[in-house]
Amino acid sequence: MQSSFDLLLALFGHFVVLSLLAVGGAITVVPDMHRVLVSNMGLLTDAQFNASIAIAQASPGPNILFVAVMGYQAAGLPGAAATLAGIMLPSTTLALVVARWGRARRDWRAVQAFKAGMAPIVIALMFASGWILAAETPGWRHVLLTVAAAVLVWRTRIHLLVLIVAGALVGALGWV
Amino acid sequence: MTDASRPLARPASPGELFVAFTLLALQGFGGVLAIAQHVLVQERRWLDQEEFLEVLAVGQVLPGPNICNVALMVGDRFFGWRGACAALAGMMAMPLVIVLILTVLYTHYAFHPAVAGALKGMGAVSAGLFAGTGLRLATALRNNPMGLPVCTVLALVCFVAAALAHWPLVWVLLTLGVIACGYAYHRLTARAARSADH
Repeated sequence: MQSSFDLLLALFGHFVVLSLLAVGGAITVVPDMHRVLVSNMGLLTDAQFNASIAIAQASPGPNILFVAVMGYQAAGLPGAAATLAGIMLPSTTLALVVARWGRARRDWRAVQAFKAGMAPIVIALMFASGWILAAETPGWRHVLLTVAAAVLVWRTRIHLLVLIVAGALVGALGWV
Repeated sequence: MTDASRPLARPASPGELFVAFTLLALQGFGGVLAIAQHVLVQERRWLDQEEFLEVLAVGQVLPGPNICNVALMVGDRFFGWRGACAALAGMMAMPLVIVLILTVLYTHYAFHPAVAGALKGMGAVSAGLFAGTGLRLATALRNNPMGLPVCTVLALVCFVAAALAHWPLVWVLLTLGVIACGYAYHRLTARAARSADH
């Protein structure tokens, strides 16, 4: 493993650049990560690359952590720190600056128009995320579980963790 | 939805933000956004529906993971950069430890049928959480200056583009997002002109 400072710096540098391109989350720049980590630098195999995304999706927390898994597989814990810091630093700094700018100008008509205009878009994207997740695994029992969870979230005050544990149980027993 | 009428609260310290975001992140399998809405709006009452939508809209338009942007902005709102750091650290720290442990375990157990089944079940539930949360948030559209019918049409077109036609998010935002914001601006201008007349 070429876990020298140069490698860490190269990883950090690549992910810093990708950070500001990742509108809609880091998943949108996955093809470019594949180009760099697998094709150009040869740090990960295809299987390792795909597993990184699957592991992060299967574990709790933000999916962005797949970036740390890639860094870990490429260069151990320092690699995970380099990729995660690289992907996060530029976007978080920008988010803070923009949020403060917007709050200081909350009475501006343009700022209000942005909020009002984006509301239905953001809600629709929420539905789209659910649809895309549900479409990953077809089958009527799977659909039934999704619809049941949606109705319970919408209409009741049931704790979401209860639903997730129930889903895991039903799945582990082989019912979906 | 009686809890939407409770008065808003605020976290006592950055420490409370850290703990709240850690707990919130640990509940989110396959998407933390639904959990974030539930915890921040329903349980803790740190934001109302409209404020949540507003933060989410900014998080969505900017680069970077939208849930991390949401954590950052909510933390910043209460305690400035200290709050932003506390919320973001809560969102990432424990899940990072877990995901690295899972990376080590993964190769051994990924193909065990019960584990694969549990992941499938959790995936189905996460999909439902997104849809249910969307339905809850939709109540905030009643007060939208564009009016409910226009909002509904915009949301439907956006859903078709993102979920069925698989447009990249950038396209969705540059077309539908720009049209929606432009129309909202027009409506707000008309409303301001009307109230100036009276």
